[in-house]
Amino acid sequence: MIFSFQLLFEATLFGILLGCFYAAVSIGLSVAFGLLDVPHVAHPAVLVLAAYCTYLLGSYGWDPILAGLALMPVFFLFGVALYRFYYETFEKRGTEAGVRGLAFFFGIAFIIEVGLILAFGVDQRLVEADYIGKSLSFGEMRVPLRMLLAFGIALALTAALTLYLSKTFTGRAIKAVAQDEAALRLMGADPVRIKQWAFGIATAVTALAGAMLIIIGPVEPMLDRVYIGRTFCVVVLAGLGSMTGTLAAGLILGISESIVLMHFGASWAPAVAFGLLLVVLGIRPQGLFGR
Amino acid sequence: MKLPVSPFWIGAAATTVLAGMLSLSGINEYFFFAAYVVLQFVVLCTAWNILGGYAGYVNFGTAAFFGIGAYTSVVLFQSLGAPLLVQMAAAAAVTGLLGFGTGLLTLRLRGIFYSIATVAVIFIAETLMINWRYVGGATGLQLLRPSPMLPFETYTRMLFFIMVVLSVFAVAIARYIEISWIGRGLRALRDTEEAAECNGVPTLRLKLLACTVSGALMGLAGAPLPMYLSFLEPASSFSLNYSVVALAGAIIGGTAHWIGPAVGAILLASVQQIVTVTISSEMNVLVVGVLLVVFVVAAPDGILGLVRKLRRPRAAAGSPP
Repeated sequence: MIFSFQLLFEATLFGILLGCFYAAVSIGLSVAFGLLDVPHVAHPAVLVLAAYCTYLLGSYGWDPILAGLALMPVFFLFGVALYRFYYETFEKRGTEAGVRGLAFFFGIAFIIEVGLILAFGVDQRLVEADYIGKSLSFGEMRVPLRMLLAFGIALALTAALTLYLSKTFTGRAIKAVAQDEAALRLMGADPVRIKQWAFGIATAVTALAGAMLIIIGPVEPMLDRVYIGRTFCVVVLAGLGSMTGTLAAGLILGISESIVLMHFGASWAPAVAFGLLLVVLGIRPQGLFGR
Repeated sequence: MKLPVSPFWIGAAATTVLAGMLSLSGINEYFFFAAYVVLQFVVLCTAWNILGGYAGYVNFGTAAFFGIGAYTSVVLFQSLGAPLLVQMAAAAAVTGLLGFGTGLLTLRLRGIFYSIATVAVIFIAETLMINWRYVGGATGLQLLRPSPMLPFETYTRMLFFIMVVLSVFAVAIARYIEISWIGRGLRALRDTEEAAECNGVPTLRLKLLACTVSGALMGLAGAPLPMYLSFLEPASSFSLNYSVVALAGAIIGGTAHWIGPAVGAILLASVQQIVTVTISSEMNVLVVGVLLVVFVVAAPDGILGLVRKLRRPRAAAGSPP
């Protein structure tokens, strides 16, 4: 193989853009799983569901970003309902919730996936907008505008969530519930309501991320399977519940995936996230910025 | 009065003899074709339950073991023309070893972390097979079946009989594990791993044993697949559907008793077969997802739990014996 500095540079730049996107699709999981300890295996399926909702709104002439924003309140309610149901059936019962809770979310993921296949078929779907086909050129290099857009939204989303969790009262309450639920209960707060709110926020953020998913490229119902690896890789590598960690981990994954993609070909790319995940789990399960 | 042989072994022998007679009778070939799939899931669900049900480690990676079992067979068949039984033995050895490897992961990983790690194994194995030309890469490999061993008329009938024997074998192993000290140790570590360790339960050895046995059985279930289909390709061999059905069958049947996963698998896989034929193949995955969610929410102890409740309505609230 000929080593090319130019190629490596391009791969890294593309990886940075991709990495911010990965951070954005994972940040909902970072809250739901990292902070709330909910084994939310259905997160990637919810992400793809949001992408399809964006597609559906897009077919009525909506702009994908606008559609993503409009979906946020709907997905917030969906998240609240999902957590409430999970709490009532599993967390409240206590013992052995582990196996059944996992099985529950695994089942939900399959229902969403097959629901999408039945509704839209297995073909790839994409949205149209002015900024999707274009790209900016920097000298010899061309950067697709949609990647830059996703990069910008991802950064804004991560920054907003980080500020929300550290500066606002509710945000701090969410962090508190992650640290010590019993203590919060003793202080007279209701941890279940806070977790419900947080899970709603996490799902709403995922809705916007889903809109970006379909802006970045075409989606198909089974896309969530690859994203199980990507999202969990980012969240675990970040260290559970760390927002800045999520951004850093997203970048690490994005850059490694893009380098592998350019040097070894597309057929190896899906294994990067899962391989990295396995390495992190084996060597340092608490992640880079573990609490 | 105690029988000299336990009823279980009489049942096992009867099942095997009956299956042998069936496979030599003149029933429609399609029956064997469909029954093979159902039996394959009996093995998968029973194997899943050894780790998931007794020890409480949720393995999402069934598809990895199943697929690697199938690919081990193909490699041996391609390179040496090895007979089916040799292929199966090798598949069990390879996936047993892989199971041992994932068992080592349980040293540090519990709960969802272990589950996600096993998902990773599927995708890594699939990617390796996609990029391995010798076994056909992404497009897969067409295989020529050798003629069946006597006294079987067709290969499918022979595979059906082999699968019956394999199912009985898997259930017997699960039953042995459940009623022996191994099962007691696994249940102890499922409830509280630290407490079990403090009480002298060799938790690591038990977990490694459960992972190895469970993995080897899953590989065995996958080993005859290439010969059954006369074809093998990565996407369908490593499909996450195998993982969800293995888990769903065990949970729907009931994880507390060795018969549970077998009952769940037979019911679930039969329903799937019927739905695939009468409605569509997408619908059969939906059925699995919906049944899984309904059962974990409404009947967490599965069909066995429901039966137990019906039998002893008053003692239903108590713990299983």
